Amino acid sequence: MKTDFKVLDEILERNGCDPAKAIAIMQDIQEEYSFLPEEALKYVADKIGVSYAKLYGIATFYENFSMEEKGKYVIKCCNGTACHVRKSDTIQKALYEATGMKPGQHTSEDGIFTIERVSCVGACGLAPVCTVNDVVHPQMTPEKMKALIAELREEAGVQ
Amino acid sequence: MIFDSRQKLDEARKLYQKALVCEKKQVIVCGGATCLASGAQAVYNALKASMEKNGVNMEVTLQKEEFEDKVGLKKSGCCGFCAAGPLVHIEPAGILYTKVTPEDADEIIKTSVMGDDIVERLVYRENGEYYPKMKEVPFYKPQKKVAFDHCGEIEGDSLEEYIAVGGYEALEKALFDMTPEQIIEVVTDANLRGRGGAGFPAGRKWSQVAAHKEAPIRYVVCNGDEGDPGAFMDRSMMEDYSHRLIEGIIICAVACDATEGYIYVRAEYPMAVKRLKKAIALCEEAHLLGDDILGTGRSFHLHLSKGAGAFVCGEGSALANSVEGKRGMPRPKPPRLVDCGVFNAPTVLNNVETFACVAPIINNGAEWFTSIGTPNNSGTKVFALAGNIAHTGLIEVPMGTTLREIVFNIGGGVRNGTFKAVQIGGPSGGCLTEAHLDLPLDFDSIKRVGAIIGSGGLVVMGDDTCMVEIARFFMNFVKNESCGKCTPCRDGVPEIYAILDRITKGKGTLEDLDVLQELSDTIKNCALCGLGKTATNPVMSTLRYFREEYVSHVRDKKCPAGVCKDLFVFQINPEKCIGCTKCARNCPVDAITGSLKQPHHIDTDKCIKCGTCKAGCPQDAVEEV
Repeated sequence: MKTDFKVLDEILERNGCDPAKAIAIMQDIQEEYSFLPEEALKYVADKIGVSYAKLYGIATFYENFSMEEKGKYVIKCCNGTACHVRKSDTIQKALYEATGMKPGQHTSEDGIFTIERVSCVGACGLAPVCTVNDVVHPQMTPEKMKALIAELREEAGVQ
Repeated sequence: MIFDSRQKLDEARKLYQKALVCEKKQVIVCGGATCLASGAQAVYNALKASMEKNGVNMEVTLQKEEFEDKVGLKKSGCCGFCAAGPLVHIEPAGILYTKVTPEDADEIIKTSVMGDDIVERLVYRENGEYYPKMKEVPFYKPQKKVAFDHCGEIEGDSLEEYIAVGGYEALEKALFDMTPEQIIEVVTDANLRGRGGAGFPAGRKWSQVAAHKEAPIRYVVCNGDEGDPGAFMDRSMMEDYSHRLIEGIIICAVACDATEGYIYVRAEYPMAVKRLKKAIALCEEAHLLGDDILGTGRSFHLHLSKGAGAFVCGEGSALANSVEGKRGMPRPKPPRLVDCGVFNAPTVLNNVETFACVAPIINNGAEWFTSIGTPNNSGTKVFALAGNIAHTGLIEVPMGTTLREIVFNIGGGVRNGTFKAVQIGGPSGGCLTEAHLDLPLDFDSIKRVGAIIGSGGLVVMGDDTCMVEIARFFMNFVKNESCGKCTPCRDGVPEIYAILDRITKGKGTLEDLDVLQELSDTIKNCALCGLGKTATNPVMSTLRYFREEYVSHVRDKKCPAGVCKDLFVFQINPEKCIGCTKCARNCPVDAITGSLKQPHHIDTDKCIKCGTCKAGCPQDAVEEV
């Protein structure tokens, strides 16, 4: 992916080129690219006057920042206490089975799915839940998960 | 609208009140996150379409002139009873409809809006009883709303409706009728204790920050980093009742003479970010925030700070670092935040719910607040009910309400199986057992039994939950979330996790239990921040109350709850099996063999213990041994 420095400049301007806004700047970049391209981070570090190592340190500290490109659908299977007590493990397993991915794998080879770990999405009343691109899917079962993945595959036009 | 004087706000309030009174009936759809996820928006659209079709004189936003009689249609904030959603209630009759679908809309409008009757099939029923009135439903009856008082009654993000029900009246009072010292005095006398966990008196924090007269700038920060898995009350407040929160923050800023403030919101709550942004923009436009609040010339700027996914940022000093754009690692104390907080300035940091209690306290006085709850634990507490419980949802009850009342009366009891324990306060909390059912839930009594009230997440667990596995689950969480700054937490927690993991796999020893206790004590005494110090609470409290469960894992190699997969195999009881072949057909790994109408058999080498056979067996013939 090519980094558009004009976009970066806009983001920097919006946040006042301020090192105290490092997190907000990276959030804006991630919104644009779905992840943090190395090139972009180096550019930003230079502009806000901190070392690349420091900025990288901040980025990797937080769970939400991704250094890898993400798939079309980012699926978060909630593993909060409420979901756990309602057997979210079986949902997680069904998710890996349906997508053909392995635990620990970030994005599927075809670039369709990204699986992220999340500790609680705050929809405990609907447990167990998963989110697809931040839309909550309530009261999941392994069957519903399989159907959901099939539906997303169809939507993306892949078999 | 611009409120550049007290008079203008008063006039506007009278106008909005008049408009609200003109709504002879109100159809209120719960717009809480849970109801929305179960289809509340479609219900709202269907109700709207039905009123249009039937020629009902309806409004969705408050009228500003003419003031004719109308029917108000609203998408309110969370009504709490998430398990029965989507919820619709009709006011002023107070009729509650549960599990409403878009297909029900016409009937509701014709019966309860155009007529004065009740759609009986949508009324809530429990144990054969029929509860058409919202107030009478067992889930609502024992509740007392202070922080969330009008949340389920008004359009969630409408500033006008919030003002109409008395919103920003407390701010008015604080600005024009009280001195900053008097505000702090009322909050102190009300004994408002921090709702985020430790229960530190808010008034004391405020006065310490206000005392820093020499500081060029003071900050007010709202901790909305609700990271405890199983808690969602702050989310609801920020999404559905944001003006109540903002009003509390501004009053605090007035009391402490702070000019800058932040609401730190967790990244997992995108809707909260969106709604707060909108609410802040509205307030700035209306001169409730900004450089000239209500024409007093006083300035307070409120910003949103979005978290990026780190549990440790719920800890005050880590949060301060994160607001400053740094790694969210805790700082050694002292200095405390009130002396040296965000950007090294004196900072008040309170939880969302704490700020939400401020306006009612200013309006009704300290005495009123202390009359609710128990001595030294005044007011109400919001709890999130989740887990293995019939009525999941948000509740607000007076401090000191018993666990029994909450779980069995309001919560409707355990959903599957029998009650075993409640995990309170998230990963920093502990578990409460049957022996604690009559314990009044307040800061002090919970602390005495080795847990903390935390932010108020209550996760109910039945007899199908293994307490050793739950402890392992929490340690896995803390292991992942440990920031790595101090050794006890960074290295001690993974060690505890390894031991617990071993125990759940049947490889533990009795000595392990002593090591667990010792390590837990060490971490508790030596960790740098509050989260580290409380990280091992789940281990210590399960060891204390469920020691026999640990012992059976270690000595007998059995998991009484049937959760730890290495400690049991599935078998089919040949006397119960009728040979229906359902299990054999459902088995994902073809581990089950047998012919039609003959007892089946599970090949334990092939079996992956997924439990599909057990869940589907019509005869309960699959057993864990």
